[in-house]
Amino acid sequence: MKFADEFRDPAAARGVLAAIAGVTAEIGATADAPIRIMEICGGHTHAIFRYGLDKLTPPGLEFIHGPGCPVCVLPMGRVDECVALAERPEVIFTTFGDAMRVPGTRKSLMQAKAEGCDIRMVYSPLDALELARRNPDREIVFFGLGFETTTPSTALSIQQAAAEGLANFSVFCNHITVPPPIRALLDDPRMVLDGFVGPGHVSMVIGTRPYDFIARDYGKPIVVAGFEPLDLLQSVLMVLEQIRDGRAEVENQYARVVPDEGNPVSIAACADVYEPRPSFEWRGLGEIDLSGLRIRERYAGFDAERRFAIGYGAARAAVPEPEGCACGEVMTGRIKPRQCPQFGTGCTPEMPLGALMVSSEGACAAYYQYGGGQLEPAG
Amino acid sequence: MNAPVRRLRADRVTLAHGGGGKAMRELIEDVFVSVFRPDGLEDQARLQAAALAEPGARLAFTTDGFVVDPVEFPGGDIGRIAVCGTVNDLVVGGARPLWLSAAFIIEEGCEVALLRRIAASMQAAAEEAGVAIVTGDTKVVGRGSADRVFVTTSGVGVIPAGRALAADRVRPGDVAIVNGVLGDHGAAILAARGDMALSTDVASDCQPLGALVEAVLAAAPGTRAARDATRGGLASALNEIAEAAGCGIVIDETALPLRTEVKGLCEILGLDPLYLANEGTLVLFAPEHEADAALAAMRSVPAGRDAVAIGRAVGDHPGRVVMQTVFGGRRIVDMLVGEQLPRIC
Repeated sequence: MKFADEFRDPAAARGVLAAIAGVTAEIGATADAPIRIMEICGGHTHAIFRYGLDKLTPPGLEFIHGPGCPVCVLPMGRVDECVALAERPEVIFTTFGDAMRVPGTRKSLMQAKAEGCDIRMVYSPLDALELARRNPDREIVFFGLGFETTTPSTALSIQQAAAEGLANFSVFCNHITVPPPIRALLDDPRMVLDGFVGPGHVSMVIGTRPYDFIARDYGKPIVVAGFEPLDLLQSVLMVLEQIRDGRAEVENQYARVVPDEGNPVSIAACADVYEPRPSFEWRGLGEIDLSGLRIRERYAGFDAERRFAIGYGAARAAVPEPEGCACGEVMTGRIKPRQCPQFGTGCTPEMPLGALMVSSEGACAAYYQYGGGQLEPAG
Repeated sequence: MNAPVRRLRADRVTLAHGGGGKAMRELIEDVFVSVFRPDGLEDQARLQAAALAEPGARLAFTTDGFVVDPVEFPGGDIGRIAVCGTVNDLVVGGARPLWLSAAFIIEEGCEVALLRRIAASMQAAAEEAGVAIVTGDTKVVGRGSADRVFVTTSGVGVIPAGRALAADRVRPGDVAIVNGVLGDHGAAILAARGDMALSTDVASDCQPLGALVEAVLAAAPGTRAARDATRGGLASALNEIAEAAGCGIVIDETALPLRTEVKGLCEILGLDPLYLANEGTLVLFAPEHEADAALAAMRSVPAGRDAVAIGRAVGDHPGRVVMQTVFGGRRIVDMLVGEQLPRIC
């Protein structure tokens, strides 16, 4: 398969793996005192397990799985608000399929759909716009979810709805941004990270400059990476080389897709439609300043929060996590998925307790699906 | 059946066609009976028991419901899938399929022309598979209570004396062989739905596999087990076998036969081809000394032209399927969680 197989070439991978082992040894990292690299993006987490990369890298290198799975960090209270919106008889609630199984306090969207709510899975907010055009007597609400990868398409759909004067289309905006949680993780004194593999698709939109603070203020290397196995391995090698050389820089391994300045059209559309919220709740991480986006006043008519009087702010009480759920501990890298007492028993992809088990990009679901840790000899 | 066939003139099915009166008779006789030509129109098929009388032979009986959306797709339709699906459920157990029943749940408003195409397609598939559709039923439900047409087929076959294909007979060392490329059916359905605005030439692999299994069993009589890799794909079939046999299975990612188009579709949509549905693809396990014979026999019939060994059963990790990735990494191939695509068959 063109443009994919080149980045999965086993011979080339062996070469990079040998170099990774070499640099890890030069640094003097061991299983007891490993180098810890966080892959921020859930797509990278998935690729690591899908290709078994964690089994091929040396024991002195540990992957910490970051908060970059939007479904996983969605707070439970917001899922409850989705269900409440979907339960309104006039509403057709549209969402990406990933969000259907995220557990809420009472139920998931999947359960609400089975109980008769009109919930439609869409592949793009433009599908939701089309539904709005075809159903003028219904309220079409699009569940805007995701990082900077999906944020522009939601912005464009709002601009389009405004241009057409669609009166029955609104967005329940839960878009979030990558840099603030990275800052929060770096500020957490319990966190011991040596470097980052940065998200490729997010960076395609925002460019690499928003990561400058990681190198400049915190002295940690970050390499923006593509999603093929060779991309990932090469990026890990670049992070290790920075550590070995005592450098802390923002490097771009994914230059074939990611321009340093990002995508100006997307950035402009987002600036037109959204403004940062003072703070937003992340499941497992808590409230993080300036980490969420809301719809600007000028597009108030397309904002489901205003349209259906859903508040977000001081009045809002965080919904506690289900008892026994250790998603927060896993998300911050303090424990591995298998160390959670609920892993594989009280929490499985079929009956998820916590959000990390829901999405295939969640660290727990990836561990479960691809058998992280289960293939090793006992002991 | 000497009486003249009642002609159905309606273009669309109405509730009257389910009412038990003249209209229903017209639908049944003109659309279905005239095509399937069962022997008599009693409420049951009356069949010769001779085939079952062979000492040691066992009767195989299976049933399956079909709700595929869209009803017609590249490479087949709900009728072809309803025949092939039930026939294949029989043949992977070593049975020679003989008779099918066919029941149709028809939505009010369904086009009669569609039903005629489905009936013709079922009869063609039945002839290909060497089975007769000997009895059936129709029901009509109000608009919205079904989606155009749902089909249920049941099948009866005979397992000759001495045959014992079963998943729990698989032993470490046995070789896993598939008869062709993976995921074509799932990919064809996905593309045919049009949700993704993707165009591809991939057609469903929907086909009966009786001739293939007979050829394998003649050449490799020690073959342990076969499974058709339908819903849940190859991954689910292998997991069922590993669990039943109490052994592990290791497959080699580089050996998996996949069309470039299917790989591309999976890349774009984030699907795993191991979980895509097939309707004419099976995996079988043969003891090592018969594996080459089984492979050659498969390749000698059209449905097995692209047959290839993909891995083997092992003593390690009982009940688990592990894939050697292109990189030499290893990962578990679990059962499908949730649904990859609803209404695939």
